[in-house]
Amino acid sequence: MTDVIKEDQVLDCSGMLCPMPVVKASKAMKELQSGQVLKMIATDPGAPPDMEAWSRQTGNELLRSLTEEGKFIFFLRKK
Amino acid sequence: MSKSDPNAPKRLALIASKGTLDWAYPPFILATAAGAMGWEVGIFFTFFGLPLLKPVLTTQVTPIGNPAMPMKMPFGPEGFQGINWPIPQMVMTNVPGFNALATTLMKQTFENKGVASIEELRQMAIELDVRMIGCQMTMDVFGFKREDFIKECEIGGAATFLEYAADADVQLFV
Repeated sequence: MTDVIKEDQVLDCSGMLCPMPVVKASKAMKELQSGQVLKMIATDPGAPPDMEAWSRQTGNELLRSLTEEGKFIFFLRKK
Repeated sequence: MSKSDPNAPKRLALIASKGTLDWAYPPFILATAAGAMGWEVGIFFTFFGLPLLKPVLTTQVTPIGNPAMPMKMPFGPEGFQGINWPIPQMVMTNVPGFNALATTLMKQTFENKGVASIEELRQMAIELDVRMIGCQMTMDVFGFKREDFIKECEIGGAATFLEYAADADVQLFV
């Protein structure tokens, strides 16, 4: 972990299971401008593979994903 | 619109043919997930899936004839919640309100675990512009009227769905 990613918006999906994290992320992404970054927090163990698939399908880049104290954190840049 | 346009979004065509709580989930989960990925989604609600388009949902679930369904309590200590209660078939079929009880327990378990309700998922599907087609033939057979269903749906037949599905990348029957 070297450079720090600055997010423009934070979305907490803690406690939610599939498909809510991807649905909430896509909703939040619609509010952002191209190039802005969404920081998404989830506790669903299915979120890491799903957010990767969501990123590939939508073209919104997954800049980084990490695990912190049992939470999954994603930085997504709007295309 | 169709695959002749290379820039067209991917398309998912689903058939929802079952109306119990357990079977109502897959079409709405897949539809909202696909919608969230920017896909075009259409669901054809037919036979027992058609009541999923009613304004007020009364979906139930039962372990009767459904032996794989776990019977677990949504409250108490973790070990207690983990017990899969062996309910005899005699009890399931003879105790009045058993289906309602099983449904309440299942809904509570879903809520505790953070699973959205069918109502919430359907509302999200509407917001994601999921096309919902109610089956005209099922309406005729079971005596439903257009006004029995939510205004966001449309009514059509097999040809309406097949035309949509012909251009879909993924087609699933649930």
